[in-house]
Amino acid sequence: MKALSHDSTALYDIPGPKTVRRHKLYGVISTLLVLALVGWILYLLFDTDQFTATKWTPFEYKGIQELLLRGLGNTLKAFAISAVLALALGGLLATGRLSDHRPVRWLATLVVEFFRAMPVLVMIFFVFVALKVQPLPALVAGLTLYNGSVLAEVFRSGVNSVERGQREAAYALGMRKTQVMGHVLVPQAVRAMLPAIISQLVVALKDTSLGYLITYEEFLHAGKLIASNLDYDLPFIPVVMVISPIYIGMCMLLSWFAQWVSKRQRRNPKTEAADVAPAEPGTLLPMGVPPDR
Amino acid sequence: MDVLTDNFSTFGKGFLGTVELTVYASLLALALGFVMASFRVAPVGSFRAFGTVWVTVLRNTPLTLLFFAVLLGLPRFGLVLPFKVFAVLALGCYTSAFICEALRSGINTVPKGQGEAARSLGMSFGQTLSTIVLPQAFRSVIAPVGSNLIALAKNSAIAGAFSVTELLGSYKTLSELGYNIIWTFVWIAVGYLIITLAISAIFNVLEKRWGVAR
Repeated sequence: MKALSHDSTALYDIPGPKTVRRHKLYGVISTLLVLALVGWILYLLFDTDQFTATKWTPFEYKGIQELLLRGLGNTLKAFAISAVLALALGGLLATGRLSDHRPVRWLATLVVEFFRAMPVLVMIFFVFVALKVQPLPALVAGLTLYNGSVLAEVFRSGVNSVERGQREAAYALGMRKTQVMGHVLVPQAVRAMLPAIISQLVVALKDTSLGYLITYEEFLHAGKLIASNLDYDLPFIPVVMVISPIYIGMCMLLSWFAQWVSKRQRRNPKTEAADVAPAEPGTLLPMGVPPDR
Repeated sequence: MDVLTDNFSTFGKGFLGTVELTVYASLLALALGFVMASFRVAPVGSFRAFGTVWVTVLRNTPLTLLFFAVLLGLPRFGLVLPFKVFAVLALGCYTSAFICEALRSGINTVPKGQGEAARSLGMSFGQTLSTIVLPQAFRSVIAPVGSNLIALAKNSAIAGAFSVTELLGSYKTLSELGYNIIWTFVWIAVGYLIITLAISAIFNVLEKRWGVAR
């Protein structure tokens, strides 16, 4: 917990002995309150018979373990496909937005802004219901369109974050635009935007669970199947208790990886480009804030 | 076109449902985000720890999983509330983690000297936070908070997939009536665009009025 060391905050002085004692008291009281809350939840769990043997037996069966693993595999499959496709689409759209030709730029901007403004779920449902596509391609299509457009913004601001002089020097050496991009700007931009890219992949991983809503047989879907099983006395809470840590754990690992990369970047003297903020999920369409202010 | 004109009330109901959900969940998210942000900068270690756990866990939870757990899990504890309340709870708690982080980054932009000046005037932690630091922090986080609320409005579609009283949910009713599904989705898309653009416009105005030029 070194996020706010005592010498870096505007909010309070280094506490003296009396304040330290008071803070300790607050700490003890709040810890007790949290413990009481946890205890109450545990009581509720026991009170509603969530720990009875029947509710936990399903996890001992091989078939059910396989069902869960297959669900997890499907989740990761959807994630992997849409991550690769989104990166490709993002690259394409970013190229379009950085183009020198006005119509190309406009088209790319329109596509990016539209898909960023739409809820992912609406796109997934549209592909699934209106275009009558199978669940996996529908899920992948929705995730790719959304994350691709967000990544396009990340790529664009990454390229723009490289100091202007670099591009000018490269042009002065007689490089063409493709060469300037490929040899000078992109290699440096990639370093700067890597953390933002990984954070966006966390979003993609989280959103694969939307597949549950279009009956794609992913992890949550497998959980639902077990939870609604009468034979085991509808073990809903145990299922949530098994599934959530795995989901949250996967996303946390990826988030920590992003943080680790960005910390390493900051120490790296080779990184010239400024930090690239993760693209915001919203729309900036009407009179929006200019993105590179 | 007649999909819209014939079923204006269905679309209208869905639209208002989304707006209602967005407004209530936003209020909850702002309030909780504010509390968690104060926890995360508090001098007491256990407050900070609680805030950190809250933010880390919720930011890494898929919203669908949260809806799944809240909508179908809480009733098992005998906690039966209307669907809307559950949806507001799930959406609000989820978004509060992002609002908290936005606010905290805003607090970090306030120069250290301001806090020192406040303390030298004899202000307490609470006074410094509420009268000096937060008002300035708010001004610098208008844009990120706005885009988090836009994300909330878009995420409310997930509530619609769990029930029908929301904009996305209206497609179910209409497809049963045999209307052209593609046009239905076009109008749903337009509905969401109106909501997100409205939030975006509101926050643009707020930012012009109160934003800090840096």
